[in-house]
Formats: sequence, structure tokens, C-alpha cells
Amino acid sequence: MSPQAPLPPPSAAEAPDVAAPRTASGPVLSVQDLSVSYWGGAGPARAVDQVNLELAPGEFVAVVGESGCGKSTLLFSIAKLLTPPAEVTGGQVVFGGQNMVAMTDKQLRAVRWRGMSVVMQSAMNALNPVASVRAQFADAMKAHGERRKDVVLARSEEVLRMVGIDPVHLSSYPHQLSGGMRQRVMIAMALLFSPELILMDEPTSALDVVAQRSLMVQVKQLQAQLGFAIIFVTHDMSLVSHFSDRVVVMYAGQVVEQSPTRPLFDGPMHPYAQGLLEAFPSVYGPRVPLLGIPGNPPDLAQLPQGCNFNPRCPRATDRCRAESPRLVELGDRRVRCLLYEPGGTDGAKP
Amino acid sequence: MSGADGAVPATSGPLLATRGLTRHFRIGGLRGHTLHAVDGLDLTIAEREIVALVGESGSGKSTVARLLAMVYRPTSGEIVFRGQSVSSFKRRRDLLGYRSQVPMVFQDPFSSLNPAHTIGYHMERGLKLHRPELDREGRRSEAERVLQLAGLVPPSAVLAKYPFELSGGQRQRVGFAQALSFKPKLVLADEPVSMLDVSIRIGLLNVMTSLRDDQHVSLLYITHDIASARYVSDRVLVMYAGHLVEHGPTDEVLHQPLHPYTRLLLSAVPDPRAELKVTSSDLGEPPRVVGPGEGCRFRWRCPLAQDVCGRVTPRLQEATPGHAAACHVTVPGPAAGAAPAAQGARLPGDA
Ligand SMILES: Nc1ncnc2c1ncn2[C@@H]1O[C@H](COP(=O)(O)OP(=O)(O)OP(=O)(O)O)[C@@H](O)[C@H]1O
Ligand SMILES: Nc1ncnc2c1ncn2[C@@H]1O[C@H](COP(=O)(O)OP(=O)(O)OP(=O)(O)O)[C@@H](O)[C@H]1O
Ligand code: SF4
Ligand SMILES: [Mg+2]
Ligand SMILES: [Mg+2]
Repeated sequence: MSPQAPLPPPSAAEAPDVAAPRTASGPVLSVQDLSVSYWGGAGPARAVDQVNLELAPGEFVAVVGESGCGKSTLLFSIAKLLTPPAEVTGGQVVFGGQNMVAMTDKQLRAVRWRGMSVVMQSAMNALNPVASVRAQFADAMKAHGERRKDVVLARSEEVLRMVGIDPVHLSSYPHQLSGGMRQRVMIAMALLFSPELILMDEPTSALDVVAQRSLMVQVKQLQAQLGFAIIFVTHDMSLVSHFSDRVVVMYAGQVVEQSPTRPLFDGPMHPYAQGLLEAFPSVYGPRVPLLGIPGNPPDLAQLPQGCNFNPRCPRATDRCRAESPRLVELGDRRVRCLLYEPGGTDGAKP
Repeated sequence: MSGADGAVPATSGPLLATRGLTRHFRIGGLRGHTLHAVDGLDLTIAEREIVALVGESGSGKSTVARLLAMVYRPTSGEIVFRGQSVSSFKRRRDLLGYRSQVPMVFQDPFSSLNPAHTIGYHMERGLKLHRPELDREGRRSEAERVLQLAGLVPPSAVLAKYPFELSGGQRQRVGFAQALSFKPKLVLADEPVSMLDVSIRIGLLNVMTSLRDDQHVSLLYITHDIASARYVSDRVLVMYAGHLVEHGPTDEVLHQPLHPYTRLLLSAVPDPRAELKVTSSDLGEPPRVVGPGEGCRFRWRCPLAQDVCGRVTPRLQEATPGHAAACHVTVPGPAAGAAPAAQGARLPGDA
């Protein structure tokens, strides 16, 4: 694997050959038509709706979208960590040439720790509350066949320093750490080894900007050295802008826009993505009233007729209230909006 | 008791003040060390004021909130609420009264809700305790009102859900809604918007400002999002390694930061529209809060550090009225031979 700058996004048109062994140029991960529903009183809530996503080795893909739109569910389904009432209702997740959806628990354990690390949104839930940081690191390393005490200790201290935590905290328990320290311990754990893919769900939301920046720069450096791919869920658009190669914008369980990072910031295409990029407040500009995107997030169990975004969309027309847009491919970007489909929305221009 | 009763008019002093508030933890078992999570903190929060508390991860912000919420006991120091020391609240009724008026929104929404109960149960229980005047009907409509305010819609559906049925950001807003339902005087909000997208975040920030403006509620707003602190807060406090290192009116602190840590922090605030500025991965030494000893705790990372910084712990000095920082170099105290603090010390390097 060459320690290269991120590869260009894989061509979206052709479906990857599932049976073929992974080659250096093939995708690390290929998510195909994946759908996940939660079964509840109000009927199924489709939190992931026919999502397609491919990651090349060394790629950094950011996933953004409203609170509750299905980002964590997507990551959980990729890592096969979903529990009932969640159910994969369709599609597959191909990782290292194997379909994760069909894997047994035993096959899965090997893959999960060797090939894939996960940094969950809730560091408190993911860490063992009754084990010290030292013990949790040692366990993880034991699972990888490393038992030599001095090696384990040295590596543990090294990764803690890397994330800016005083190694005295090796003997601390999770509740003795601050919110941001717990997140950094989780990241340090994911970096103990060199997986092929790291899934990170808002891993730095409790960190100050100084720590966050230097941590991200380090992650990028490691990524360049080791070549792992990253899926990074965040609400922080500047992290997306500065560190990702590609962005996936989700709305109500669907991918509504997918684009290389720069072009998205230069010109978001989907009306939701446009609203999202306009909304954030500035530290130095004039202090203007902030409006955000009007309206409420949709109820996933009761989606509107037509385009999911139509009740809140400033561009919506009658066609949007009747017809569900497809994910349209435009060069290296994809967008799910009738404005970009033949016929548009009654001739309105994007 | 008089202070912790909503009906009693406020005294002229601040709503809440701390004097020398300190909290240490023993860590590392028997042969352990003392961790100085918060040291000698003096802060005030006025009526109808939003005070943002920012600072390095691990600097003691959550510990401050937990001390103010009486979740932790101080190692030393005092908290005064409406002229009364909270340590005098001993009877259950007084404590309950204080907790209704000063609720806390916890940083980790994953551990602050009981997985065995619905959101409706959590809301109902809180309201029974803190709003005894409401009947069943009233509790229900109050619960729906605050959930709606927090953007959790439709509220009736949210009430029926269990915590694990909600996303991270949805859980976070449940905590905030619950605090609002108590009719608080001061909300201790520990990173209440960290898991929210910009649009919902703005909605919540607007709820915070209208609480202040219309219902005269004060907030301690702990955040890493400096832009949002600027947007809602009247004053900013900056912490580093257990010390309050700077405080002042929001625009002054953000535009004329005095403490070198504040300057570092602000210089790292990213602008998504601009290129990445920070390219160094050097975090510097982790701050030493375990057996820190005398001296400025930022000195290992400080570009301006001098001999005195390693010997004497700098104290907060006012540079201009209401704007103070604890730094031997940028705000030299009278002891160091500078002009009296109140006259507004010039900063070296300020044109
Ligand atoms: N166990 C569950 N049962 C029923 N519904 C669920 C369950 N878990 C999640 N949901 C619903 O599925 C939707 C997607 O949740 P998910 O956690 O994936 O959102 P998210 O995009 O990660 O949001 P956030 O940014 O707030 O973390 C939410 O609307 C949530 O209410
Ligand atoms: N219960 C505890 N026992 C031991 N140490 C603790 C405890 N609670 C907090 N600490 C320590 O106190 C220090 C301050 O923690 P605190 O949670 O207040 O930080 P914070 O400023 O809120 O950080 P963050 O921004 O990361 O949430 C940390 O070094 C932490 O390890
Ligand atoms: S399809 Fe219509 S409603 Fe949906 S985003 Fe496009 S313009 Fe808006
Ligand atoms: Mg989530
Ligand atoms: Mg905290």
C-alpha cells in the first residue's frame, strides 16, 4: 500500500465486483443499496435508505446531516453493530471482499478488530466503566496478540501522548476523565493498531479547537503513512472543509448530495446542502440574527409525499410534492433533487 | 430560608458568585496523586446574563458546573446564590428549591438518561419534583412545550420513546428541555449543543437568548464553539488547567484577548470558508494538573514565558473595567511594577 495522498474517488458508475479479492486499487469498502429500518409503534422508520458509498484506500470521507438523519445508524450498519429493533432491510456492505451483512459473529470479530476500528459517538458507552485506561488498552492489544508488558505499556503511553493526555491517566477510570479526554482515549484506542478502515462518529465534538486541530493533523499524518481510510461523521463544517476528500450529505436517511469536498463548499447543489453551508455563525463577521433552516426535521416513520425535503425547501414546486427525486450523477458529484433531473421543477433553473 | 425561593425578590448582588472555589481529586489509588481540577475560582453570574465558559479540554469546566449544581462538594471555597451560601442549604426542601432554580444539563447525554424509562417518564418525574403546582394535564403540556422548544417534534411521539431510540443530538436536547421545564433562574448547560447540526444548534441558541431576554433566566454556557459563544453570551470566562485565566465582556475577550492561552485558542478557531491555518500537530505538553505546584500552568506552552512565570502563580488583574486576565507578562500586576490595574494596562505588542 503506498503512503500516498488520497486517491481520486472511485468511479461511481460501475458496481464493484463482490467476489474479486481486494487489490491495491480496489475499494476498501463498498456499501451497496443499504437500507436499515427501526421497527417501532409508528411503523418502520427508515433511518438508512438505499445508501451507496465506496471508499478507496487512504480516503477521508465526511458524512454530514441533521441530527437524527441516520448517520450513526449508517456507521453502525457498516460495522455490523446494529441491534434490534434495527434491521438491515436490503443491500450489502462489502469490506475486504466479504459481505459483512451475511457474516457470522465469529468471522466478524476477526474483521472488526483487525481490519476496522470504530470510534463511537458515545465514548462513555463505548468504554468499560470499571476498567482503567491501562487495562482497556492492554485488552485491546492482547486481542491483537501483543502481551509483552513493556511493549504494551510503551505503546499505551505513546498513543496517549499523541492525543495530548498525560500518561498518569493510564490508571484512571472513564468517569475520572473529562468528556474530551474520554473521546481522545477512544481515538487513541483506534490508533493502537493500523486498521484499513476507521469509522469515527463525532469523535472530536468535546474537544477545544486547539486540541481538535492538532489531533486531526496527526490523524491525517498517520493516514498518509499507513493508508487507512476514514469515514468521519461530524457537524463541524470546518473539519469537513479542512480534512476530508469527499463529503456525503444525508437528509432523512438518504444521501442527497455526494461530492469531492472543494466543489461542495464552492457550490453546494442540493437545497439542503445550500442551507447547511449558509447557516453557520462567524466569529469575526457582523453579529447578525441567525436563522438556520426553517421547519422541523422530518419524522422518519412518516415521510412526506415526494421529495423528503419538500416541506422545508425554498425551491419546492408541485412536482417536488408528488415525485421522489433520484440520485443523479453529474460528473464526480451526485445529487438527489428534481432541479437536476430532466424537466427540472417546471423549468426553474438550479 | 429566603434565597432559594422563587417568590423572593433578588438582592442587588450577582445571582451567583463563587469565592476561591476549589476541587481536587485523588487519582491512582493509594500511592496516588492529587489532581487539581479547579483551583481558587472566583466567578460571578448576574441576573439575566449568559456567561460562556470556554477552555481547553480537561481544564475543569464540567467540574465547575458540577460544583455549582451541588453534584460535587468543593474541596474548599464557597458558592453564594442570591446572597446565601449554598452550603447552608441542608434541609431537603432548600436543596430541592436550589436544584429547581439551578438545573444542570450534563455533557454526556448517553449516561444521564435511564435506559429503562421513556422520555415521558423522565419529564414527568422531574416536573412532579420541581413543579408541584402542576397537575397531570399541566405536566403533560409543559413537557410537550419544552420538547417543542428544543426542536423535538412531534413532542407526543418523543415522550413515548426510550432513550436508546433517540439519536445522540436528540438525547442531548432532552436534557436541555428537562432543565427548561423546571422554570429555572440559572441553567448550567454543559456543552448543550455539541452534537447538533448548525441549523438545530441555532434554534437552541435562539431559545437561550429569548429565555434571557423574556424570562430573565441566566445561563452558564460551557462550549467549545467559540462562534456560538460570541453569538449568545454577554461575558466569556476562559479556563486553563483548573485556573480561570481570563474573563470579560464577550467582544472584548474575542477581539482583544489578553491571556496567551486565549490568544492561542482564538487563533485556532477555524473558518470553513478559508484554508486550514494550523498545520502543526504539536499539542505541546499536556497541562499539568497533577501536583502542579506554584507558577503559571500555561508556561510550558507559552511563547511569552519568563522566569517569574515558573515561580509565582499569576492572579487575575483587570486591564480594563470588567476585563481581567492572569498573566505576568500581558497584564503585569502592581507587584511587577506596572500601572494600577484599573487604569488599563497597555499590552506589549498592542499598537
Ligand atoms: N433503537 C431505535 N429505535 C427506534 N428508532 C431509533 C433507534 N435508534 C435511532 N432511532 C431513530 O433513527 C433515526 C436516526 O438515528 P441516528 O442515531 O442514526 O441519527 P444521527 O444522524 O446519528 O443523529 P445525531 O447527529 O443526533 O447523532 C433517529 O430519528 C432516531 O430517532
Ligand atoms: N470524578 C473524578 N475523579 C477524578 N478526576 C476527575 C473527576 N472528574 C474530573 N476529573 C479530572 O478533572 C479534570 C477536569 O475535568 P473536567 O471534566 O472538569 O474538564 P472539562 O473542562 O469539562 O473538559 P472537557 O472539555 O474535555 O469536557 C480532568 O483532568 C479530569 O481527569
Ligand atoms: S426536489 Fe424539490 S423539494 Fe426536493 S430539494 Fe429539490 S427543489 Fe427542493
Ligand atoms: Mg449520531
Ligand atoms: Mg466537560
